[in-house]
Amino acid sequence: MKLVYFSWIRERTGISEEDVSLPDNVKNVSDLFEWLRGRGEEFEGFLQQPEIIRVALDHVHADEPEASLSGVREIALFPPMTGG
Amino acid sequence: MIQPIIKVQICREDFSIEKEIEALTKGRYDLGAVVSFVGLCRDEGNTLNSLEIEHYPVMAQNEIQRIAETACARWPLGGIVAIHRYGNILAGENIVLVIAASKHRQAAFDGANFLMDYLKTRAPFWKKENFKSGDRGEWVSANDEDDDALAKWGDNS
Repeated sequence: MKLVYFSWIRERTGISEEDVSLPDNVKNVSDLFEWLRGRGEEFEGFLQQPEIIRVALDHVHADEPEASLSGVREIALFPPMTGG
Repeated sequence: MIQPIIKVQICREDFSIEKEIEALTKGRYDLGAVVSFVGLCRDEGNTLNSLEIEHYPVMAQNEIQRIAETACARWPLGGIVAIHRYGNILAGENIVLVIAASKHRQAAFDGANFLMDYLKTRAPFWKKENFKSGDRGEWVSANDEDDDALAKWGDNS
């Protein structure tokens, strides 16, 4: 599974992209956040306010914490968008 | 009306509004209205030097394409152009161009307005400020007004 990070989330984690093996019990976005929290304080920090973290699964917005990760190849985490 | 033509481009380079409108309308006789919007980089009271615009390449392209298709399904549009730049953009330079063309003006105005509202809150771009003082600024925060602007279109996400 590829994880990609943008904007200040990328800066805080110090990672643009990485390949990870998610445990079998990580089935949805909410599980993913829980798993990331356990990876260290740089993750715990930005996940303190999960409601401001946006997630895209294979380049499509996933607005629900229950969104399934089954079959997904790339997960992106980023803050609210500020384009235009 | 002819099947709407949609052009979405994510690029570092500047664009020409005139050329884009010409390319969209050339050889067509079904269009009666063209509305264009250009978003520029402000200097925030002569303090800002540039904006660094980060984006998520594949998703940015897909998401704007999807928004443009939604606009075409909702209004009788003959064509849409959406160009968004990334990289370092100096104050005064162009950031984004949206063009909507239709038989009549109302669909063109609404289509362009809809596209910009969705693009601002759903297309994966992020701006970081670089100040003239040399201070590395902060990431620009999302604006509640932009979220409110979406509400007028109902549920289209």
